[in-house]
Amino acid sequence: MRNSLIDLKIIATKIRIDIIKMLNKAGSGHSGGSLSCVEILVALFWEKIKRTPENALSPDRDRFILSKGHGVPALYAVLAHRGVIPYEEIFTLRKINSRLQGHPSRLDLPYVEASTGSLGQGLSIAQGIAIAGKIDGKKYRVYCLLGDGEMQEGQVWEAIMSAPKFKLDNLCAIVDYNKGQIDGYVKDVMDIEPLSDKLRAFNWNVIEIDGHDFEQILSALDEAELVKGKPTFIIAHTVKGKGVSFMEDNHEWHGKAPNDEETKLALKELEEELNELLSQKVEVK
Amino acid sequence: MPAKATRVSFGEALEELGERIQDIVVLDADLSKSTMSIKFAKRFPHRFFEMGIAEQNMIGTAAGLALAGKIPFACSFACFLIGRYETIRMSVAYTNANVKLVGTHAGIGIGEDGYSQMGLEDIALMRALPNFSVVQPCDDIETKQAVEYIALHQGPVFLRLTRQPLEEVNPPDYKFQFGKGVILKDGKDVTIFATGGVVFNSLLAGERLERDGISARVVNIHTIKPIDEELIIKCAVETGKIVTVEDHNIVGGLGSAVMEVLAENYPVKVKRIGIKKFGESGSPKELYEKYGLDPEGIAKAVREFLK
Repeated sequence: MRNSLIDLKIIATKIRIDIIKMLNKAGSGHSGGSLSCVEILVALFWEKIKRTPENALSPDRDRFILSKGHGVPALYAVLAHRGVIPYEEIFTLRKINSRLQGHPSRLDLPYVEASTGSLGQGLSIAQGIAIAGKIDGKKYRVYCLLGDGEMQEGQVWEAIMSAPKFKLDNLCAIVDYNKGQIDGYVKDVMDIEPLSDKLRAFNWNVIEIDGHDFEQILSALDEAELVKGKPTFIIAHTVKGKGVSFMEDNHEWHGKAPNDEETKLALKELEEELNELLSQKVEVK
Repeated sequence: MPAKATRVSFGEALEELGERIQDIVVLDADLSKSTMSIKFAKRFPHRFFEMGIAEQNMIGTAAGLALAGKIPFACSFACFLIGRYETIRMSVAYTNANVKLVGTHAGIGIGEDGYSQMGLEDIALMRALPNFSVVQPCDDIETKQAVEYIALHQGPVFLRLTRQPLEEVNPPDYKFQFGKGVILKDGKDVTIFATGGVVFNSLLAGERLERDGISARVVNIHTIKPIDEELIIKCAVETGKIVTVEDHNIVGGLGSAVMEVLAENYPVKVKRIGIKKFGESGSPKELYEKYGLDPEGIAKAVREFLK
């Protein structure tokens, strides 16, 4: 049974609020790409992976590899809201002696599954886990979230070439296509289009969606489970900095954290959004 | 027993271990006939993954297999593996994935193919990564035992192997001990530390030096990391002078590793014998003569060092 869409939206907004607070407290970090992938992570962790403290390291768990490691504030917040790490810990992000490194470190926090942050590597790792699942006849699925700028890395295309060879229908890649990277728009820096044509030509099942629309995300994840004999690539169109008006579609916010004033403004917007959602939920009841 | 390349011994060992250890999986990047992973591939086709000429994806895939409980051996030429250093650094070392990287075609000893195929900087790079162990066996029996040890050892390992056949160095009752150097010949004037394909030549050099009245101790360092600090210091104390021999660049290789131990613990004079520039084409024999890694070249360098 699915959480109602309004509940998922409430969770997503709470995650965004925490991301802003974490980044502000850390004083550095990647705002735009953390905010753009929130709905994707919430859909996965609440509806598909259903991560709990009990299954967090179980051999049969569904895996999630954050190949775009700089989006890790979103993952830490999700892990806290799922009870896998203590909530208070998320505010140690990027601090000395914290398990919450600036980019995911499996050495420090095994729940991140792999150390990432040097772009281009996560899909290969996800593929290895998927192959092992096939060898062992396991039912788990492997999800990998990539950045759009990351699609410029050569290793990504090596993995895109190989996963269909091994018929990895237990593997689902998702690209957080927020259109921006550090030096500007992806289309200007190094265009990755026509992306869906390229992925289809490499023999992937390709689904293109609005990456902020829970119905579309969930239906794409459902379809990915049904497609047999080949891996699925979900192209999720998103907005960089989603949810905070002055961060949206502004690549200045790729690798920047909000100062106290900006944090106040951002939280005001997100809390208004949260209250609106909570009032809608009451009305539904 | 005829001379045998350590890559061949590795291929045989892996096939034998594949029977006993079901979690072993093997990946190769279109070089299975050269790395000798083909023996495993033929015997266990469902546990062998041909990744094509795409080494970084092979290494990352091996990391994923390890994270899911498999024991992956990812094989290619040593130089092609370290060419994907960033993937090794992140996906294997920093992820602490239990991956066994097998780099064959070590050193100028490969011969005619020339520098582009020679692993000459791999020890330096792999040694620098926390979590990684670096092993280079010197003959058939040592390779087979090292491969078994590595398969059961928890943690990433870089195994460095030769293309060219190597003469037997160790006795039939040899027991491989990870992290421990092996004294092959005792002596009191100088200690020669050697690793991999040049251990046998170092032993022959030691015999030549004996005829010149120089008593040389010859030690095989098969585990370059973690290195046998205790034995290195002991040899420095007992023989005073130290020589290192390796088919690898002298920057960052065995010579550097030995000097690091000595500089911090018991500084003595050290002479490093190895490669100082790019390699080149030629027969292995010609190359070893030209670069001073044949028995006479090693003996000559030791004689000059002791003058």
